[in-house]
Order: sequence, then structure tokens, then C-alpha cells
Amino acid sequence: MTKAEETKTKVKKEKKKGRWTRRGFIGAGLVAGGALVVGVAIRPGDRTDKLAKYVTGEGEHLLTAWVKVAEDNTITAIIPHGEMGQGIHTALSAMLAEEMDADWSALKIMEAPAEKDYANFPLVREFATGGAKVPGFVFDTLNGAMLGLAKSMDMQITGGSTSVRFTGVGAMQTAGAATRELLVKAAAKDWGVPAAELTTAKSMIMHKASNRSAPYGQFAAAASEMKPNLHPTLKSRKDYTLMGQSLPRVDIPSKVNGTAEFGIDAQVDGMKYATVMAAPVHGQSVARMDASSAKAMPGVISVHNMGDYVGVVADGYWQAKQALDSLDVEFTTSAASSLSQEQLFAQYANSLDTGKRKTMHKAGNVAKGAEGAAGIVEAEYQVPYLAHACMEPMNATAWIRDGKGDVWCGTQNPLGTRSAIAGHLDTDIENVTLHTAFMGGGFGRRATPDVVLQAVDLSKASGHPVKLIWSREETTQQDHYRPAVIGRFKAAVDADGMPLTWESVFNHEGEPKEASDISYGIPNKLVQVVDSPSHTRLGPWRSVDHTQHGYFTESFIEELAHAAGKDGYEYRRALLSEKPRFLKVLDAAAKLGNWDTPLPEGQARGISIVESFMTICAQVVTVDMTDGDPKVLHVACAADPGFAVNPDGFEAQMQSGIIYGLTAALYGEITLEDGAVAQSNFHDYEMLRMDQSPKIDTVILTSDARIGGGGEPGTPPIAPALANAVFNATGRRVTHLPIRGLGAAS
Amino acid sequence: MVQLKINGKPTRLDVDPNTPLLWAVREQTGLTGTKFGCGIAMCGACTMHVDGAPVRSCSTFVGDVEGADITTIEGVSNPDGTLHAVQEAWIKHQVPQCGYCQSGQIMSAVAFLRDTPNPTDDDINAAMAGNICRCGMYDRIRAAIKTAAKASTVMGG
Repeated sequence: MTKAEETKTKVKKEKKKGRWTRRGFIGAGLVAGGALVVGVAIRPGDRTDKLAKYVTGEGEHLLTAWVKVAEDNTITAIIPHGEMGQGIHTALSAMLAEEMDADWSALKIMEAPAEKDYANFPLVREFATGGAKVPGFVFDTLNGAMLGLAKSMDMQITGGSTSVRFTGVGAMQTAGAATRELLVKAAAKDWGVPAAELTTAKSMIMHKASNRSAPYGQFAAAASEMKPNLHPTLKSRKDYTLMGQSLPRVDIPSKVNGTAEFGIDAQVDGMKYATVMAAPVHGQSVARMDASSAKAMPGVISVHNMGDYVGVVADGYWQAKQALDSLDVEFTTSAASSLSQEQLFAQYANSLDTGKRKTMHKAGNVAKGAEGAAGIVEAEYQVPYLAHACMEPMNATAWIRDGKGDVWCGTQNPLGTRSAIAGHLDTDIENVTLHTAFMGGGFGRRATPDVVLQAVDLSKASGHPVKLIWSREETTQQDHYRPAVIGRFKAAVDADGMPLTWESVFNHEGEPKEASDISYGIPNKLVQVVDSPSHTRLGPWRSVDHTQHGYFTESFIEELAHAAGKDGYEYRRALLSEKPRFLKVLDAAAKLGNWDTPLPEGQARGISIVESFMTICAQVVTVDMTDGDPKVLHVACAADPGFAVNPDGFEAQMQSGIIYGLTAALYGEITLEDGAVAQSNFHDYEMLRMDQSPKIDTVILTSDARIGGGGEPGTPPIAPALANAVFNATGRRVTHLPIRGLGAAS
Repeated sequence: MVQLKINGKPTRLDVDPNTPLLWAVREQTGLTGTKFGCGIAMCGACTMHVDGAPVRSCSTFVGDVEGADITTIEGVSNPDGTLHAVQEAWIKHQVPQCGYCQSGQIMSAVAFLRDTPNPTDDDINAAMAGNICRCGMYDRIRAAIKTAAKASTVMGG
């Protein structure tokens, strides 16, 4: 290496290092336009004044990136996550208000703009840690779902059940406490009294001895001249007055009277409507398009061949759809264009037989551990592709002029979307304004900006503001699917039927890595994966890899229990004896589900327990198999998220996760025919409905553990608990999902 | 051109009569509370009332309801502007999550309770099976419908 190269490398290294070791997220005070602002300093030149212009108005002061205080004492929480029904605007603002002692009843909430300072990466890396020391758990989690999903700075993802876990604890609570300390310090100075004598409540500062009190707003400006504490003291749980309460969700009133604005409701002057059809076989493109008849249809403005899809722009959606349906289009073909689902599963099976294995998790030595075993148990399970089926079909509205413009959409990743649009238009991110809206379901689907970029292109191509709406059919067939996976399992057991070894191999590695690991105390384990790619687009689906691995692991452990002649609940207890949190959750679910109470003929219970996103969740399902097909009567759910910020909201998330997973377990199956997705709408991609929906009871346990996720952990345990219940009722093991088609005959 | 009444207001819609009511209302009147879900009357997100009866507006041609009285989610509250008992119950039970299906759920529930003021669980299951909720809030919808039924009975409505 030459000296110049060495210097270059050194500079590069320092630059890289500097990026992450800069001082804390809460920076020094700044003066901006006469208003005093305390704020953010992630990187030089990237300060709060830049943010302030996006979020503050007349007479408002930005105190940290997460809260602004108006002179009339109105306090606004700035939430960097999208609302898709998980109640995150409510939970995060309550976390801020709790530590800040802000008046909850008067608190306002706004969704953060798609700006770098609201991205998760700097948030977790620098703010959660105060820029000084980085606890191990942050690295652990960063190496998990979040980074794996986004792999870039430009992520502002609502996913991975992270909002409360990372943003809430790391940003909102810390910012709230730091802001409160600043305001108290400013009041103490103004009044000439020790800060320790001041108390705060409901956005007011009080000094009892001199009988004085004043609103926060009065000290906002003065506070910003002071250096904030990067490590403010947070309240202990026993002092919480907002966190841990079931506060009514702030987004609900607008969702009962039609005023809630979703992406599909965007209104732009002069707006036209578009709809598209992409190549049914992913990766293919338009070979030929005859638009002559479509162009002549009423209301049609333009018809576009966009390379891998065709689109129609018209005065209304219906006109665009009619014209699209009349288009004469042919797409290119490839080897994938003849692929069937059976062939794909055969390919996976072949890869499991012969493919190169990568070790995911290892302990002890499975070969040695199996020596002298009393028996070997083996099993194979299979799960299909799944679509997300958000109630709101995919859509986005774009108005692109001179290579820049505005986009309206609901997204799980605002900054990533804005950045993708800028990259697509080959322009600076400042030239793209993103207007976010509520999401009519996300579940992982709205983390991908494909529909947004189509809207951008169609606006550009047609010269109009364009609202692009995908039909339900397009939404189903152009999804990014939960992977189809085969998992093979093998365990050596001792004379008591307890496992000495645990071996598994499966196709497809996604996120998070720990999904394929086991919580059970088994001394020797080897968990491996093979790669077996296909042309199908894959994406994160509620709970990501935990959906398949939860089903695999909890089915196989049940098979081991059965082989040992033991009760599934007791067998799990024995293998979790070193894990008191797991035991408590398992016991709570068993109790809630009346595990030991006899059931009528044809009915049975099944149990499972899965930890995901730092929350442990166990479920007991009661099923009736007298008709041959499973009728789910009851689900008992116990969960330990460490602490539930909004218990009713957490319970709603459990109910939601259970129905989402139950729908998939009973009906969910996307298959390929000639390389294209065969299902199209709710008649052939069925949803669980009210009349099939069980009663769900939930118990929330509190522990000393860090706050875990809520949006996803309810989903993984339901499929195996149901499969185990079906086995207990019928003696038939569910080795393939969905369960539909198990049928009465066997 | 099609003439009808929407939420009590006489309205002229400048559309082909063979346009689904859903798109005519959403695009021509600015009333976007009614949602597009499937386009084939399988999910219920687009439910409106036509002369008091719940219909799937995605599969109803606007020409076929010429002159009818249409009620959308925006017009379902009480004449004095207060929330309908069903809307109140939806808030009390914190029913909506993403909320996208809820306009349709509420429109179905309002029509159902008008015909069946004291429903059993089986009644509710049968009447509401046409409305999909992907957030899986069925348990809460059932509870909210019962609360709304009670409130309506007390109010004599």
C-alpha cells in the first residue's frame, strides 16, 4: 500500500468512525429566527434549525426533535412512525408526556416528516445511547430485524415491533425527561430557587415554598440556552401515571365517522386516476401492447407501456380499470413462466437434500449428543407463500413537475420512500415532498415503495397529478410474499423421551436470525439453512421468519412430547425450567385456557409458546373437529412484553395478531401456476370472518424485562397451537399449512 | 348524468350510469369515507345504505339507484350532529385499528340493528360475516354491537 493509499484508508476509517462516535443526539442550544431552539445534532450541518422549518410554526419552539412547545403552552409530540392501527401515535406520545410531565389531555400529536433525523438508525445508534456508551442490546437488535430489513441509513421503518421498544424507550422517554429537566432548570434560574425545590405536573412548574407556578411555555426559550442532559433520569415504573394506563387511542374518533385520511383518500387539484397491470410472472416485461381500443374509451387520457407493467390514466378509476381490462397485452416469458408450486417445493426439497448448508445456531455436538439415545424422532413441515391482503389496496398519488414533486401515500418507511423517489427521479431528496397518511393495514407490505414509484412514473409520463390505485387482484398478485418454506427436524431422545439433540434444516433465510433458534434447554443443537432462490418476490410479513419457525418448532416439540407419552404443556415446562419468564407465561396461558378441564367428544386443546421481538407469548387453542374441519372455539393468550405501555392497545394487538395468524393457518395459501400467482381476490384468497372468529381472552404479564414488541408477537404461536389442538382431537398431525383441506376423511 | 340524494342532499353526478356507486361518490362528491376493498362485493368495505338497506357500492351501478336516498358513513350520525349509538360504541370498545374497513362495518351494523334491535351472538355473526376486518377486531365489533343495541333500547331508538 502506498502512503497516499494509506492516508486515504485512514481518512476513510476516521470518517466512518466519526459518524458513529459523535456526541449525543440532543445538542446545544441554537438561535433560529429569534426563537430559541434546543435540539438535535447528529452530524455537523444537520441540526435542529433544519428540522424546525418542517415542523414548527409561529410561536413554537422545537425542544428536541420529538417535542415542540408553543408559547400558549400547547405541547406537540412529533412521532416518527406511521399509524396503521397499532395505536403507536397514542403510545409514543404517552411515553413522552409521562417523562415530561406534560398535560396529556391537551397534548397534540403530529407525524414526523420524512427527514433524516427521524430515521431509526441514528435514533437507535445515537439517541438511545446518548452518543456515549452503546449497550450490548442495541447492537444485538441492530444486527437483527431492523438493519437486515433496511440495510441503509435511509430507513424510518415502522416494523419489527420496534416503535415502542426503540423509539419509545430510546427517544420519546429520554427526550421527555431531558426536556423536563431543561424547563425546570430555566424556571429555577428565573425564580432564583434551587431546581430541586421545583415540581412539575400537567405542563406546569410549581414552587411550593413561594407559592409560584407557571406554564412550561414560559420557559421554553430560556431553556434552550442551557445544555441538555444526555442521560436524564427516567421515572421508575411505580411512578408512572400515563404509561401502563389504557388511554383511548387518539386516531379512533376519525375512524368512526369517515374523516380519517388514508393514502387512497388523497385529493390533489387536477388529479387523474390510474391503474396498472404488471407482468404476472415476476421479472418479466411487456412484449407487445395494443392500446388502440383502450385509448378510444370514454374518460381515457393516456395508455402507457412502462416496461414491466402497463398503465392507464383516466378521469376516474373505473374508466381506467375498464380500459386496462380491454388492453391487448403480451408479456415476455422465461424458464420461470412454466413453474408450478409443486415444482418449486420439489426444488426446495432437493436443496435440503443436496444444497450447501449454512449454520445459523449451534450448541454442543449433535453427533456426540445422540450417542446412546433411546430413540430418534423426525418430522417435516411445510408452509406456503402468503400475501398480506391489507384492506386498503396498494395506492399512491404523485404530482411530478420538472423532475421534482409531491407524493401522497401511507407508508411504513417514509424516509426510505422519499429517498427511493429521489433516487428514481435522479434528484436531491430536498426536491421530493412526501405527504404521509394513515395506512389501511401494513403488516410489512407498506415497507416497499413499488407502487409509489409507479405513481411517480405515471405522473411524469402523463403530465398530470395521478392517483394510482391497484385493483384487489393486482394487490394480491403483485405482493412481496411471506416465503414458502420446508423445515426438516430431527431429535435424539433419552429413555424418558427428553431431547438430547435438536437438528433442523430449512430453506430461506430472512429476519430476524433468532427466529430459527429454540428457547428450550436442549444441550446439543444444530440449526441450518440452505439457499433455494426463485423468481418470486419475498417480503416481511407480520412477525417475519417467526411465522414459519414458530409453527415448525412448536409442532416438533409437541411431536416429541407425544413420542414421550407426555402432556405438551408439562413437557414444555420441563424444558423451560431454567427460564422463569417463560414458565410464568406458559402457566398463565394454561390456566386461562383451562388446560386441565375435560372437553366434550371431538374437542381438544393445543398449546404453544414463542418469544419474538422480546415479547414471550403463549396460547391455548380450543378446537372442535366434529365436522371434520377445525372450528376454533376459544383462544387463551398470555404475553409478557416486560411492560405494556397501553394495556388495552397491547391486548388489541394480541387479538389482531391471533386473527391474522389464524387466517393464515386455516386458509392462507398463495400458489404459483405457470410462474404466476394463481389467487386474485377474497374468493380464492380467503379471510377469516366474524362467524369463524373465536372468543379471545388475553392476560398481560409484567416483568423486569425491557419493553418488548406488540404488533407481531401474537401471530407466531397461533398456528402451532391450533395444529396441536387438531392433533389432540383427531390424532392427525398437521404437517402442511394451511389446515384447510385436512378434511374429515383420513 | 345521474340524480340521487346523498346524506339528504340532492346531488347530480356527472358519470356514466354504469359506473359503480362507490367510485361515483368517492370521486365526484369528495365523500371518501366509503372505502374500496375488493371490487367484487366480498369484503364489505364499501357498504352504503340505499333507501336504508345496506348495499355493496362497489358492485352497484349508480344508474340503478337513480333517485334513491343514499347514506354514507359521513351521513350516519344523528340529525343533531351527535354520533350514532354504533359510532359511540365503536369508540367505547376501541374497535378500529387501521380503521379502513370500519366505515363498512359501521354501516352494516347500523342497518342490522335497525332490523334486529336485540341480537344474539349468532345473529351478529351471520349479519356481519360479509365484512372483513384484516386487523381481526371481530371480538370488539361483537361487543360494540351489543353495547349499541343496549344504548338504542334505553334511548327508545
